[in-house]
Amino acid sequence: MSNRRILYLVEIMGILLALVWLFPFYLMGVNAFKEKRDIFADTIGLPKTWTWDNFVQAFEQLGFLNAFGNSLLITGVSTVLIIIFSAMAAYALSRNKSKFSSWIFFVFVASMLIPFQSVMIPLVAQFGKLDMLNRGGLIFMYIGFGASLSIFLYHGALKGIPESLDDAAKIDGCNKFQTFWYIIFPLLKPMSVTVGVLNVIWIWNDYLLPSLVIGGNGTETIPLKLFFFFGQYTKQWHLALAGLTISILPVIIAYFFAQKQIIKGISDGAVK
Amino acid sequence: MRNRDLSFWLFLSPVLICLIAVVIIPLLNGLFYSFTDWNGLSLNKFVGLDNYTKLLSDNEFMTSFWFTIKFSAAAIIVINIIGLGLALIVTQHIKSSSFLRTIFFMPNLIGGLILGFIWQFIFTKAFAAVGDAVGIEGLKGWLSTSETGFWGLVILTSWQMAGYVMLIYIAYLQSVPQELIEAAQIDGASKFQRFRTITVPLIAPAFTVSLFLTLSHSFKMYDQNLSLTNGGPYNSTEMVAMNIIKSAFTDNAMAYAQSKAVIFFVVVAAVSLVQVFYNKKREVEL
Repeated sequence: MSNRRILYLVEIMGILLALVWLFPFYLMGVNAFKEKRDIFADTIGLPKTWTWDNFVQAFEQLGFLNAFGNSLLITGVSTVLIIIFSAMAAYALSRNKSKFSSWIFFVFVASMLIPFQSVMIPLVAQFGKLDMLNRGGLIFMYIGFGASLSIFLYHGALKGIPESLDDAAKIDGCNKFQTFWYIIFPLLKPMSVTVGVLNVIWIWNDYLLPSLVIGGNGTETIPLKLFFFFGQYTKQWHLALAGLTISILPVIIAYFFAQKQIIKGISDGAVK
Repeated sequence: MRNRDLSFWLFLSPVLICLIAVVIIPLLNGLFYSFTDWNGLSLNKFVGLDNYTKLLSDNEFMTSFWFTIKFSAAAIIVINIIGLGLALIVTQHIKSSSFLRTIFFMPNLIGGLILGFIWQFIFTKAFAAVGDAVGIEGLKGWLSTSETGFWGLVILTSWQMAGYVMLIYIAYLQSVPQELIEAAQIDGASKFQRFRTITVPLIAPAFTVSLFLTLSHSFKMYDQNLSLTNGGPYNSTEMVAMNIIKSAFTDNAMAYAQSKAVIFFVVVAAVSLVQVFYNKKREVEL
């Protein structure tokens, strides 16, 4: 077989696999448009009549706009704070060559080995006592859990930024904060994209932590709302699937606008 | 910046305070609580190792641990084989390369909870429909036995994670120097020989990274477990994370649940350390 023919076969195989990969989304999407009895009559095929009712009902029952707003607020604020605070800390740790500094860095890296389930029970009890089981407390926790990986990534990137830049800025009259904010932080932008992508995907989709910290008072995020919604409509797949489709849609739209940055961000983050 | 500089501490303190409050203190507190009769609010007395000895005879916990180990082993193998396969496909000079990457990676953007619900529909409804249509009995009643629950979780996790490790393998595959491959080709090495003797040793770090990632991900998995099987039937597909959460927040046995959490931490940390150490050593030898 010629080389070109082999490549042709590889391409066909890749496309077939891609269709397999997309099939779960197809099943979710088409069945969300079906009436209840059509799902059982024909699960795989396209709907006989396309109905929007499921979506309208799911949208209302989920309180989707409210949940979307909460998710956006919590994910946005947590990610921005993680980016700024972790970059600052990584900068301080990389420019301080003392034993103490590398020891602190080691503590951050080592804490990545601690599974969330090992600390969650005392964590929730402790924050309950402080009356911090709310959105503010949740953001605080996300910074604590997200900082380690982010500092690790920034620390690696900072090795590539020569310290002569810091000295030059100092001679020009910058203090430490100005040096960081005007010189170093802009140079870290590619890594900030990676850190941002990783944290947004994690926080946006997280279920367990918010389920322990917030709930029942209109501050729920999308995964929390969806879990309750699903419990209520467990035998009514037409509504459940419409709810799932609505929840996924914003993510898919965002993905198609920013797929290059997302894929590059994940690759850079995973390899380091 | 030096240790005594105020700026050093100002830069460091926001994340340091969060880490200490959210990870370090709860970890130490948790270790302490696991030796007491703590109920979440107050504690009356030390019970020594009672919580830990109780663990050993707790069948449900032991079953969930064993299930987690079996699941992780199966998931790691399947995810890495598929992930490497996908990476090999999309790094060929084919037109749809970047489109395929986008598709294979897509499930990673969506939360495990949602993915679990989607696959619950597929396993229970779509599988049954296909089984009826073509007359395969094996496609009916998925997730209603522990066997199908197990493989259901493996399939879901593989579909989700394969695209992630694919990106890792791609990064390393692309850094293999093309001259080496061409030189071997001139020496008459077949495509398979080139792959086995040049590519595989050079992408060894990719195995480290991917195995570590998939192991820690599958070992700690909760959301997918909750939404796909919720531990059923009869707790037979319950993983450790879910067992701990149920002990703590359903049975309210806080101190006992925390002793499970401590064991869980020790195992996760030990396995991760051994694996990183072992792989680092192997990379150097190559």
